[in-house]
Amino acid sequence: MRVTLKIWRQTNRADKGRFVKYQVGDVNPDMSILECLDVLNEQLIERDEEPVAFEHDCREGICGSCGFMINGVAHGPLPATTVCQLTMRHFKDGAELLLEPWRARAFPIIKDLTVDRRSFDRIIAAGGYISVSTGSAPDGNAIPVPKEAADRAMDAAACIGCGACVAACPNASPALFTGAKIAHLGTLPQGAPERDRRAIHMVAQMTAEGFGGCTNIGECTGVCPKEIPLEVIARMNHDFIWGSWRERDNVVTTMRPFTEWSTGSKFQINEQETD
Amino acid sequence: MELKSRIPSGPIQDKWDKARFDMKLVNPANKRKHSIIVVGSGLAGGSAAATLGELGYKVSCFCFQDSPRRAHSIAAQGGINAAKNYQNDGDSIYRLFYDTVKGGDFRAREANVYRLAQISVQIIDQCVAQGVPFAREYGGTLANRSFGGAQVSRTFYARGQTGQQLLLGAYQALERQVNAGSVTMYPRTEMLDLIVIEGKVRGIVTRNLVTGDIGIHLADAVILGTGGYGNVFYLSTNAKGSNATAIWRAHKRGALFANPCFTQIHPTCIPVSGDYQSKLTLMSESLRNDGRIWVPLKKGDKRPPNQIPEQERDYYLERRYPSFGNLVPRDVASRNAKYVCDEGRGVGETALGVYLDFSDAIRRLGRKTIEERYGNLFDMYQRITDEDPYQVPMRIYPAIHYTMGGLWVDYNLMSTVPGLFVIGEANFSDHGANRLGASALMQGLSDGYFIVPYTVGDYLANNKFPSIDESDPEVRNAVACVQQTIQKLLSINGKRTVDSFHRELGKIVWDYCGMSRNAQGLEHAIERIRELRDEYWQNVKVPGSGADLNQSLEKAGRVADFFELAELMCIDARERNESAGGHFREEYQTADGEAQRDDDHYSYVAAWGYRGYGNYPELSKEPLEFEYVHPAQRSYK
Repeated sequence: MRVTLKIWRQTNRADKGRFVKYQVGDVNPDMSILECLDVLNEQLIERDEEPVAFEHDCREGICGSCGFMINGVAHGPLPATTVCQLTMRHFKDGAELLLEPWRARAFPIIKDLTVDRRSFDRIIAAGGYISVSTGSAPDGNAIPVPKEAADRAMDAAACIGCGACVAACPNASPALFTGAKIAHLGTLPQGAPERDRRAIHMVAQMTAEGFGGCTNIGECTGVCPKEIPLEVIARMNHDFIWGSWRERDNVVTTMRPFTEWSTGSKFQINEQETD
Repeated sequence: MELKSRIPSGPIQDKWDKARFDMKLVNPANKRKHSIIVVGSGLAGGSAAATLGELGYKVSCFCFQDSPRRAHSIAAQGGINAAKNYQNDGDSIYRLFYDTVKGGDFRAREANVYRLAQISVQIIDQCVAQGVPFAREYGGTLANRSFGGAQVSRTFYARGQTGQQLLLGAYQALERQVNAGSVTMYPRTEMLDLIVIEGKVRGIVTRNLVTGDIGIHLADAVILGTGGYGNVFYLSTNAKGSNATAIWRAHKRGALFANPCFTQIHPTCIPVSGDYQSKLTLMSESLRNDGRIWVPLKKGDKRPPNQIPEQERDYYLERRYPSFGNLVPRDVASRNAKYVCDEGRGVGETALGVYLDFSDAIRRLGRKTIEERYGNLFDMYQRITDEDPYQVPMRIYPAIHYTMGGLWVDYNLMSTVPGLFVIGEANFSDHGANRLGASALMQGLSDGYFIVPYTVGDYLANNKFPSIDESDPEVRNAVACVQQTIQKLLSINGKRTVDSFHRELGKIVWDYCGMSRNAQGLEHAIERIRELRDEYWQNVKVPGSGADLNQSLEKAGRVADFFELAELMCIDARERNESAGGHFREEYQTADGEAQRDDDHYSYVAAWGYRGYGNYPELSKEPLEFEYVHPAQRSYK
């Protein structure tokens, strides 16, 4: 089969960006759309053109690296599937596919279909953990966890942090991502002591990053490759409201959202020349 | 070179206690004066960085991905072993130790493996406390299953996503330290060289993958947790970005590389479907608990599987290995799949595949139970192949999955370069010639949470670190090397893409240094690899510049290193005239086709030293002694 790919090309954040059309022939229906992009990139390199930059790593739908919009839908038309596992047999021969990066102020574009999602790491750093230092844990069976609680926690913990929820949301809200971590840890007895603090810190960081607020539209859960249920957002709101009351005497600080890249001591080329 | 393994004296069960007591401690107030670099943020690197941060050291952690949470540990499906004996089925630390030494075909260090089995117990406790949602029984206790070649149920799991959940546990612990200011995280940053000053590691040279900036990071110790080198084969179950550049460049700076030919082929992967294929997808080996593996009795039988009657099927693993059946270790299962396909009895369009059939299990347990156990794996299989495994048997074929070889380390996980520690899959230490299922996660976390935080402290307390800066000639030299390589790759401007070279290299290594090897094939492979490498440096085409995100350039540097490593793998395989675990030399097999070790001559770790490209590497041997588990022919019959 053959397809037309209309891909967003943008050299860097300063560049305005544009769509460029490419024809790809010889598409095998069993290949994933990322393998289709691999084929296109090989052709582009041979033609002395810049290949399309797109993020990917495990190609098994678990690392969360990959993701872009296909015809306006995050991760494309197949439910519960990341683009790395989306095979071309789900498109018609001759189809035209519009590929765009995740668009959100808190996900600045790096190049083409690649965006910077470090804001997600900072939301986790704000409180998405149980504070237990190595070596201080009791026996694994010391605190029984009802099977239902473990299963529910696992449902939420399945989040891969790809960012599709943000991309699909008209407000660019990461509530499903943040809610998933709050629900995962808060459902387990081990996570109970920090439940209030966790919610208010993570929500504060989410706001500081410039993401939009949740208005319960539900696009996020519709595109989520791991089908994280919308109820995690209710859980987040619940924990946030109770937490805000119980922790009312404490000051909440957030990390500075940043978009620059640190290099360590940068090596100056001209410095070497004057030596 | 004489290899000092530094294994503590005394009975095996007391060695680790003794070692810890003998270690010098760093005064708490001095800890923050020591900076430590951790490269890699997977189970090993992530857990080490988090723990060292908790202890108060100044830690910098690097990963090439956009976030530490993406490290390839995340893709591990099946589970993690621990000698908890919660099932009361006869497990113990000693049994886990015994199984691992035997499973590794007697090519691992006993003392290391015993320590691993001891620590396994603490790992589960730590992960539960972090909120890892392990599977539970209705009473609230932890659930277990038996896994890949074990006769006790000691595997802990979180659906089919155990690696993901363990990694997220380590990642969250790491982010907690980032928030606390004790760890600085450098994502999208690749280590390209090691800085060695006056015989000690003092830092690394990196490239920021977004800006292209070359950075210098100085420290008192460097820990590599950068994973294995399975991507030498191009097609593997590794992530596309997994690479050997950090360990290879450390090797070139003096770290010996041990047992590179010990690579593991996983028996249950989805078969290759075409030339465009970019990677292979693993189906968890837990499937072998309930699935039965078979091929048609007749050669070239093209009937659909459901039309092949029972008596015309060959359940070859059950037939050849009645006591372990479908649960034989990975190397045995893989090799047997190859044999039946070589006989012309393979299934699927390419005839490189065997059936993994669940119809008996569905009849016995009901579809619902099978869905609960393997639902996500069945879904994944269906998404990729468009076939419904509840109706039609799965087709599977072996694929490269794990590399037991890696940088040589002593008992303290320190390489032959003082101050350079290597943990997780990147080192060679615990799995011998074959790794048992559910033990990679165990080793990564054991090294990262519980071993290296102690041993690095001992190193720091015992050494002096004169102050250095970026003007040091060794720093300059390392930076210049990195820049030259990048410039060279960008300036060749030949005709072939990096991927086309990589694919060809992978095919050579798979054909001659894959599931079975022989001397003649290996020599041929060495020659072919050299020719291809020479062509690479004259004819590769790397578009773009070094000053921004350039994924072709990233790949080009990694493939350049894969060429050299591939050659070393073949040299090592050629030198080891025996069959052991994943290393199967056709010349050395028993009458019924099983691997035949030669303990009199090859009971050693082969550690190779780099002597410049094109020069034959220098072989050092660390003899292996077995005081507790006596080497015997492995038998799973």
